[in-house]
Amino acid sequence: MKKGETLIKVKNLYKLFGKNKKKALKLLDEGYTKKEILDKTGVTIGVQDANLDIKEGEIFVIMGLSGSGKSTLLRCINRLIEPTKGEVYVDNTDIISMDKKELREFRKEKFGMVFQHFGLFPYRSVMGNVEFGLEIQNVDKERRKELSKNAIQQVGLSGWENKMPASLSGGMKQRVGLARALAVEADYLLMDEPFSALDPLIKRDMQDNLIELQEKIQKTIIFITHDLDEALKVGDRIAIMKDGKIVQTGNHEQILTEAKNDYVKEFVHDVNRSRVYDARDIMTKPDDILYIHEDGPKTALHKMKNYNIDYMFVCDKNKKYLGYVVIEDVKEAIDQKKSVLDDIIKKSRTAKTNENLNNLFSKITNNSYPLPVVDHDNKFKGLITKTNIITNLSRDND
Amino acid sequence: MTLSFISMMPVEKIPLGDWIESFVNFLVNNFSGPFNAFSNLISTLISGFESGLSFLPPIVLILIFAVIAYKRKGWGLSIFVIIGFGLLWNLQLWPELLTTLSSIITSVLVALIIGIPIGIIKAHSKIVHHITRPILDFMQTIPPFVYLIPALMFFGLGTVSGVIATVVFAIAPPIRLTYLGIIQIPDELKEAGEAYGANPWQMLYKVEIPGALPSIMMGINQCIMLALSMVVIAAMIGAGGLGKIVLRSLSVVDIGMGFEAGIGIVIIAIALDRMFGKKDDKDTK
Repeated sequence: MKKGETLIKVKNLYKLFGKNKKKALKLLDEGYTKKEILDKTGVTIGVQDANLDIKEGEIFVIMGLSGSGKSTLLRCINRLIEPTKGEVYVDNTDIISMDKKELREFRKEKFGMVFQHFGLFPYRSVMGNVEFGLEIQNVDKERRKELSKNAIQQVGLSGWENKMPASLSGGMKQRVGLARALAVEADYLLMDEPFSALDPLIKRDMQDNLIELQEKIQKTIIFITHDLDEALKVGDRIAIMKDGKIVQTGNHEQILTEAKNDYVKEFVHDVNRSRVYDARDIMTKPDDILYIHEDGPKTALHKMKNYNIDYMFVCDKNKKYLGYVVIEDVKEAIDQKKSVLDDIIKKSRTAKTNENLNNLFSKITNNSYPLPVVDHDNKFKGLITKTNIITNLSRDND
Repeated sequence: MTLSFISMMPVEKIPLGDWIESFVNFLVNNFSGPFNAFSNLISTLISGFESGLSFLPPIVLILIFAVIAYKRKGWGLSIFVIIGFGLLWNLQLWPELLTTLSSIITSVLVALIIGIPIGIIKAHSKIVHHITRPILDFMQTIPPFVYLIPALMFFGLGTVSGVIATVVFAIAPPIRLTYLGIIQIPDELKEAGEAYGANPWQMLYKVEIPGALPSIMMGINQCIMLALSMVVIAAMIGAGGLGKIVLRSLSVVDIGMGFEAGIGIVIIAIALDRMFGKKDDKDTK
C-alpha cells in the first residue's frame, strides 16, 4: 500500500437519535436546523452529512466542543454506534453492510480503541488489560504474553505488569489503554479524547509520547479532542465539527489561516492570542539581586565581581522593585565610606509581566541595561535583555 | 353500625381464594410427574449433603470450616467458628446442625443456579425484565406462610417442601443483584469489549460477570441470609433440623431448648455471612 492512500472513507454519514428518524431526515433535507428538528420531532441529530477521507499513516484529528458529534462520528467508523444513513469504507470494505459476525472479525483485525476514561477492567491487572484484545482473538498464551510485554514496553510501563489499574495514576492508566490498543497490532487506532481526563502537565507529556511513538509505529490514527492546541500539536490534518456537521477539514496552515467560517475563526483567534508571548514568557531570572535593608556597597561590589556584571537590581525587603545600581557608583560609595545604597540607586523603566513583545521592544531599545519585570504589586519578577526579545520575535515569525 | 357499612359492598364477593385453590389443584393433578422429579432431585441433594457432612467426625468438620474461615477472613472468624460449632456439638445439636446446614446449602444452591442466569437474562432483555419485576416484588412481599400451603400440596410434608419454600423466598436477591451488577457496568467497559470484537459469550464471561462479581457476591450473601431466616418457618411444613427444635420448644414452652437451638441458628448465620460476605481488606491487599 502506498503512503498517503485513503484508507478510511466516510460518505454522507448521518446519525440521528430518537424515534421519528424518517421525518427528521426529511426536515433536515429541507434545511431545518438541529434545534427546530428537535422541537418538531424529538429527534436529536448526532452527525449530519459527514464526509471524511483518512489517509495512511496520518493522525487525523476530529475536533469540536462537547455535543458536536465528534465521538458519535468516531463510533460510527467501527459501528459501535449504528449510523442512520451513509457509507463507511475501511480498506475499501463496506462496513455498513456487514453482519454482526463479520463486523466482529473486522474489528478484531483492524481497530484498536482508546477511551476518554480509559475503559480499563478494574478486575484485571495491567498485563490482563493489555492482553484483553488478544484473548478475544484466541491468541495462544505465549504469543499473547510476548505481544503484551512488547506493547507495555512501548508505552513505558515495564515493571508495572502485575499492578491493578486502581493503583495507577491517570496518565499511567491511559498508557495501559494505549498499550491494549497497540497489543492487537491493528491498523487503525481510534482515540476518543484520550488525554482530556488528564491534568495539563501529564497531558502534554502524553501528547509528546504519542507523537514520538507514532514516528515508530506509523499507524493510522483517528484522534478526537475538544482542545485546538492539542489538535494542532498531534494532528496531521484536522476536521472541525459543530452541531454534528464538519465545518472545515485541513492541515494546520489551512485551519489557522483560511478559517472557513466564524466558528472556526473564533477557535483560531483564541489560539493566536494565547500564542503571543508576553514578558513573563521570555523573562529570565537574575543571578542575584540586592536588598536595600541588608546589602551595602561592599556586598554589592562583591556580588557584581562574582557574577561578572556591571549593574544590579535593588529591592526592598518585600521584594518590591526600587531601581538599579551600577558598578562605578558602588565603587565611589565605598571610597566615600557609605554603608547604604540609598543615594546611588537609579530609577529605570519597568515592564509589566503581561506586556507583549512589541511594547517591550520599544521600551528596551534605548536602555543600556536589561529591563526589570514587575507584577501589578511592583514586585520584582525577572529581567529581559535585548537578546531575549530578538530571539523570541524571530521564533514567532517562523 | 360498622357491620352494615361492610355489607353495603354492591358487588358480590369475588371468589379469588377459590380460583387460586382450583388452579393449584389443577397443577397438582396434571403435573405430578415434573413435581415428583423435581422433588426427588431436591431430596437427593439434601440427603447427599447430609450424609456427606455426617460422614466426617464433628472435629474434622469444624477444622475444615475453621480453615475456610481463616482463608476468607483471618483468625477472628476462624476462632469464632471453632467455638461456635464446638458449642453446638457440646449441646448435642450436631445432627440438627447438619440437617439445617444441608438444607440451607441445597436451597441456596438451587436459588443461585436458577437465580443468577435469570438475572443475566433480565439484564439483556427488557421483556424479561418487565415480566420478572412484578413477580419478584410479589415473591418478596407476600408473607412466606402463604406459600407454605401450595409447597405442601405439591411436594408433601417434609424437608423438600421446606427447601422449595426457602428457594422461593431467597431467590429474589441473586436475581436482582446479578441484574443490577451487569447493568451498572460502565458503558466504556462494554464498549471496550465490543470494540475489540468480543462475541456475546466473551462479553458475558470476560466483561459482564467479572464486572458484576461484587454485586453477585452480595446477592449470594443475601440469599444465604434469607434462607437462614426461613429455617423456623420451613419447620412448620416438616423440615427437620434446628428450626424443628425451636418450633417444638414453642409448643411445649421450653425456654432452654428454644434458646439453645436459636443460638445455633445465629451461629450458622454469622459464620456463613462472614464467610460469603463481601471481600474485606485482607483480600484486596
